[in-house]
Amino acid sequence: MADKSELQYTAEHEWVLVDGDTALVGITGYAADKLGDVVFVELPAVGSTVAAGTVVGEIESTKSVGELFAPVNGTVTETNDAVVDSPELVNSDPFGAGWLLKVTFTELPALLSYSEYSALVGE
Amino acid sequence: MSQPFTQRHIGTDADAQSRMLATLGYDSVGDLVNAAVPETIHVDRFRTVGDSTLPPAATEREAIEELRELADRNTVKRSMIGLGYYDTITPAVIKRNVFENPSWYTAYTPYQPEISQGRLEALINFQTMVADLTGLATANASMLDEATAVVEGMLLTRRASKSASHRFIVDADAMPQTHALLTSRAAALGIELAIVDLQADTTAAELGDHFGIFVQYPAASGRVWNPAGVIAAAQSQGALAVVAADLLALTLITSPGELGADVAVGTSQRFGVPMGFGGPHAGYMAVRKGLERQLPGRLVGVSVDAAGHPAYRLSLQVREQHIRRDKATSNICTAQVLLAVMAGMYAVYHGPDGLKKIATAVHETAGRLVAALRSAGLDVAGDTFFDTVRVSVPSRAAEIVARAAGAGVNLYQVDSDLVGIAVDETTTARDLTVVLGAFGGLDAFGAVDLTAATPGLPDGLARTSAYLGHPVFNTHRSETSMMRYLKRLADFDYALDRGMIPLGSCTMKLNAATEMEAVSWPEFGGLHPFAPREDVEGYLELVRQLETWLTDVTGYDTVSLQPNAGSQGELAGLLAIRGYHHANGDADRTVCLIPSSAHGTNAASAVLAGMRVVVVACDDLGNVDLVDLRAKIAEHAGTLSALMITYPSTHGVYEHEVGTICRAVHDAGGQVYVDGANLNALLGFARYGDFGGDVSHLNLHKTFCIPHGGGGPGVGPVAAKAHLAPFLPGHPMAQSDEHYLHSALGDTVVHGGGPVSAAPYGSPSILPISWAYVRMMGADGLREATGAAVLAANYVAKRLEAHYPVLYAGDNGLVAHECILDLRPLTAATGVSVDDVAKRLVDYGFHAPTMSFPVSGTLMIEPTESEDLVEIDRFVEAMISIKAEADAVAAGSWPADDNPLHNAPHTAQSVIEGEWTHPYDRETAVYPLRSLIRGKYWPPVRRIDNAYGDRNLVCACPPPEAFAD
Repeated sequence: MADKSELQYTAEHEWVLVDGDTALVGITGYAADKLGDVVFVELPAVGSTVAAGTVVGEIESTKSVGELFAPVNGTVTETNDAVVDSPELVNSDPFGAGWLLKVTFTELPALLSYSEYSALVGE
Repeated sequence: MSQPFTQRHIGTDADAQSRMLATLGYDSVGDLVNAAVPETIHVDRFRTVGDSTLPPAATEREAIEELRELADRNTVKRSMIGLGYYDTITPAVIKRNVFENPSWYTAYTPYQPEISQGRLEALINFQTMVADLTGLATANASMLDEATAVVEGMLLTRRASKSASHRFIVDADAMPQTHALLTSRAAALGIELAIVDLQADTTAAELGDHFGIFVQYPAASGRVWNPAGVIAAAQSQGALAVVAADLLALTLITSPGELGADVAVGTSQRFGVPMGFGGPHAGYMAVRKGLERQLPGRLVGVSVDAAGHPAYRLSLQVREQHIRRDKATSNICTAQVLLAVMAGMYAVYHGPDGLKKIATAVHETAGRLVAALRSAGLDVAGDTFFDTVRVSVPSRAAEIVARAAGAGVNLYQVDSDLVGIAVDETTTARDLTVVLGAFGGLDAFGAVDLTAATPGLPDGLARTSAYLGHPVFNTHRSETSMMRYLKRLADFDYALDRGMIPLGSCTMKLNAATEMEAVSWPEFGGLHPFAPREDVEGYLELVRQLETWLTDVTGYDTVSLQPNAGSQGELAGLLAIRGYHHANGDADRTVCLIPSSAHGTNAASAVLAGMRVVVVACDDLGNVDLVDLRAKIAEHAGTLSALMITYPSTHGVYEHEVGTICRAVHDAGGQVYVDGANLNALLGFARYGDFGGDVSHLNLHKTFCIPHGGGGPGVGPVAAKAHLAPFLPGHPMAQSDEHYLHSALGDTVVHGGGPVSAAPYGSPSILPISWAYVRMMGADGLREATGAAVLAANYVAKRLEAHYPVLYAGDNGLVAHECILDLRPLTAATGVSVDDVAKRLVDYGFHAPTMSFPVSGTLMIEPTESEDLVEIDRFVEAMISIKAEADAVAAGSWPADDNPLHNAPHTAQSVIEGEWTHPYDRETAVYPLRSLIRGKYWPPVRRIDNAYGDRNLVCACPPPEAFAD
């Protein structure tokens, strides 16, 4: 599990762990709590090109269907098969085993810091 | 002299009402409602006094006699028209124990699964039947009819296809009503339809680019062909294939799934559901694996309860429009549950062998017809058929169809040269003789040789895969067994015949037996939707009267009864607004303003009418925020199409400023759509048309007593001012395109828009219910019902306000016909959730109120006018008692995770089996009130795990071993 203060965030309640030109992406614990029991996760195909801010997948809970937005422009290099098979990982370990996808990018857009995101969700 | 019907329909008598009024501090019901309804919108009853077209109230006997006269003006001939509607034999055991049984028809949509296991099982039987016969992985719990199911199939393929094309290919040999519906629905969504004469060898290149393709199987002409090649050609370029298939034919021919289809749609009408002049009956939709989450409508799945036992529930509900709003898969809310239950039970009763026998007999009868026609020298088109053939009779078609009608058989005149003939399970040798006679094909003795049968199914397309292997389809062959199965399932459920169903926004009022009576009459049930006009004069008169009365009570000028549900009425109304703007050269007016408090269906319907949704904020009191409304109107001044506003609001409040709101929209060139879902709180006191509405849909299954049927049928008429009449739904096959127009403006008007239902009058066979209700209530009775409903809701709010805060109120602190109890403070203080209270009510013998709609963490209660004070008080006492239990949890008397609320509902098994380890006793668990001992409703399952069911999606009958302990 990543150190939350080391991560960057989006206003769509996603976290991004940057490692070189790769972004590891998941949804925040706050988002997972708000969604409730996650029952289904749909992720983009590996190799697909994604544009920052566009919908690339879905996270469905017993209460609602949340959309997954790409945080960066780039290419999907890996998706988390374990979370597709066991969507409850999003609830049990949103910052770790519940990660969703890896995207390679050329330019990192402005993202929120931990303190900025914490202020956004009022925590 | 019999008791006036109003006193049968309204549960509270004068004595009870005066006690309730005393609680509220009002002298009369009229004073109460006049204090609640803003004075600016008051009317005195309906049209100006003396001008009402509503006749004085009839007694129950008089109403039945009038309905009998109307029925006698219908002529039931043998229908051989086909086109997706076939005469069928409703097994009497199903007619008596389902169709005419309030345990089935007065139940609500199974949103509370613990008390709905019977109809959920019946629906999963239906789903299993459809999935098996179509050869696809997952079927939903029914669609409104075949033509709308095809439209939904088109929309599904557009969502799921990766193709960027806007083209949808339509089989030229599809049902004419389906063509008409696709045309009108595609236009609003920017979909280009391409009608193609599909053949087995049509290539991908010939199809061109497209996102989806639709094939009718067997074709409308009767032709049976193998579309596998066309389906593969479509899929090779990223399109998805929708096949409309005849369920009975599928017992003999290869299933769409095995031919590669992604989606199958159709109707189950011929599985024991009367034609009813067009409906209601259950359409269906099934999809291949991987598309489950794209299915519109309702889907029953299997989950587990708190004890780990299998239990049914509605799956994937979050994709429905009430949650996803403008992003929903569809605007469809309701299914056709009662009719799906009947069709599923038809398969249960006949089993796979019985269905195959029926199909084989139908096919052989058609084969005998073909042989006889050919031996008489007639030109039967094509070599393949299942049950339908076309005969080429150059320029003689009209004459032959007329001759057959004269002899009591309706045929289908395709054009001046072609006659269509469809055979069904009721067709007799005598019918064939009449048909041959009409064609001049009888021998010198007036007889015909029917011994030979021409086979019509093509080689290589015979069905080889098994279907309906589940034991439920292979057990109930005797009537005794069937009767007991139906009784067992009915006993699992909580319907209005057990007690109050206080569901806010759902209006579970009485469905009186007299209202239901005529629905079973063959004169209303036995007519084909495209029967000639002279056969349906009684129906047309009934429709005309109902249209007249509904315009009167709403203040509009004309009404279309065609929409098969409220959602379809919304769509029809919005399409009318769209048509109006287009006709005025205002095609840019596409913005639809919708308050945040609106039902999600509003947004979903707007999207399907080609509009863009802009949300208007609500203030802290739940009313439309006028400042935000004016800002949004200004922002979209040139593109404003409409405002959709529900009145009284979804918060159960009469918004004070509704007149101002309507004027602001009109001043900006927009139209006002008033969602009539809550009309039952206004009838007789105010009218939509008077305070600014241009168009509204009504829910006959709410305000006008059509039973909920466990989640359908519905009827959602659309009522409008005269300027929208040319754009209301018409139908190319309607017996009459003229509709009532308010007499000050003329007498009739043509509804010139495209259809929104497969049949011209939607679901006419249940219209006698609403007709009878209005006829027996009269203007005064309808107003009294409104008053009694508003009184009951305010009484409940008043009695419970000391225990649960009431969330919203309007003028003078009053609610309308329903009240919202805010459970969020209770949850914060005690951990007891809305679910806990709702499920605990089951232990007290009640159906839960509406949960978390329109506000999360609340319960919305609507007692309706039909409940008597004893039942209302019983409910109030149960709610007070539950609050005391929650307080005991808060006080630490019971642990938060082990108390009667957390563990509710309690089954008999849960209190009998094993050692009792809970900190409360078993009597508290199941008999919290001593009065329950003799009249206990026992839920068959404990609380159901929603997440498990959605993570492990199973939507077909589980094997019997799953239920073994």
